[in-house]
Amino acid sequence: MKKSEEKLIVKGKRVDGRLPEELRNIEIKVDVISRADGSAEVAFGNTRVIASVYGPRALYPKHLQEYESSILRCRYSMAPFSVDERKSPVPDRRSIELSKVIRLALEPAIFLEDFPKTAIDVFLEVVQADGSTRVTGINAASLALALAGIPMRDLVCACSVGKVDGTLVVDLNGKEDNFGEADVAFALMPSKNKITLLQMDGLLSKEELKKLIGMAKEACKKIYELQKKALREKYKVRE
Amino acid sequence: MESYVLELLEKGKRIDGRKFDEFREIRIEENVVQKAEGSASVWLGETHVIAGVKLELGTPYADSPDQGVLIVNAEFTPLASPDFEPGPPGEDAIELARVVDRGIRESECIELEKLCITPGEKVWCIFVDISILNHQGNLLDASALASLVALRNTRIPKLEEDKIIRGEYEGKLPVRYKPINITVAKIGNALLIDPSFEEEKVVESKVSVGVRDDDKICAIQKQGSKEISFEEIDKILDLALEKSKEIRKLVK
Repeated sequence: MKKSEEKLIVKGKRVDGRLPEELRNIEIKVDVISRADGSAEVAFGNTRVIASVYGPRALYPKHLQEYESSILRCRYSMAPFSVDERKSPVPDRRSIELSKVIRLALEPAIFLEDFPKTAIDVFLEVVQADGSTRVTGINAASLALALAGIPMRDLVCACSVGKVDGTLVVDLNGKEDNFGEADVAFALMPSKNKITLLQMDGLLSKEELKKLIGMAKEACKKIYELQKKALREKYKVRE
Repeated sequence: MESYVLELLEKGKRIDGRKFDEFREIRIEENVVQKAEGSASVWLGETHVIAGVKLELGTPYADSPDQGVLIVNAEFTPLASPDFEPGPPGEDAIELARVVDRGIRESECIELEKLCITPGEKVWCIFVDISILNHQGNLLDASALASLVALRNTRIPKLEEDKIIRGEYEGKLPVRYKPINITVAKIGNALLIDPSFEEEKVVESKVSVGVRDDDKICAIQKQGSKEISFEEIDKILDLALEKSKEIRKLVK
């Protein structure tokens, strides 16, 4: 395991001054891309991801069409300048895996069966990466889908949790992600209370993992409120 | 076929007559490829994968200059299933390789710090290549098991003035743990161990859990296009912890 030079928890506080269960400052902007059917930008501290949705739209070549439902396609991509060492814009293995797990995290929430033979495309661009990019992207994508008017069973809220210097924490930043002992990516449909994403790497006992899942659920509920607020703000009737 | 699988499950039965928490017959053959530094063939019922380990000299990662490098790759060879096509690895093959990689890496089972030759310059790179030879379901557990067995019988080639002498060895790869991957499939209310190909077609969710010898969980990956409840995750973790012990006994 990679070891950090500095301590990641000092006197109960994290490298960025947060308490273990504290989320970073969350910023949500909606309709950031005028050409898209729906779009949103979400920032968790320095991590910033833009999501846009196109569709449901005609899907060609025809052999890709599903006759009883729409298909959801996701592309997670990191801008070359979003990280310390320039990232090649070619999709790497990590981006391909993340595109898949993000798609599967969103799919349960969407009434795909309402739009046979079409595709719904979700594009995610990480503008700046400082940990937890996939979950930030899921939050943005879920808003963008709602803003595109796509019928959904629930919003999808996501956050990361993990173990850093022996302490269980919420919303990992880049350093904690790199040098922590374990990290978990988690997504929740909050009204239905169902999990749509669960990934873990690192070392955890079952008890620690269960506690982290509980912490992730609480954090997702807070994010849910912020997402709803952003949507209400947009559709507010103005005098 | 799919509706028959579901119909049987409602009656508490699986299509091949297994119990819900029963693996198919597991067969392991070691050292199946003499050219490789380590290798293993694993069968879960008719599912067959082969893992080979090759060692090369290379440069370490900048953030771990005194550690060996681990690279896991999987090929869904088109001979293994009518659904596989020739070409570069697709997202399923990439995901599988990355989950296997995480189980090995995060469990810290390979003592990578012992594989450094010159810090910052020269280390051993361990290439684990997985070839799927027959796809009858649960490729992940089969691949993780084959990779572990192959790593545990891997020999380190002899070095003479920093050149590899192929075919001659000096010592074994230091592998201290046996991380086991257990995939649990959810279909309706049923939680099934080692899903077969027919069962995977109707799977709602699958959760793969990597478990180390000391019951520490080292990797989790939820798959499948449906949601899952908190209670189910809890049951899945218990099942994985219990089953991992049984599988670990098969590994030398």
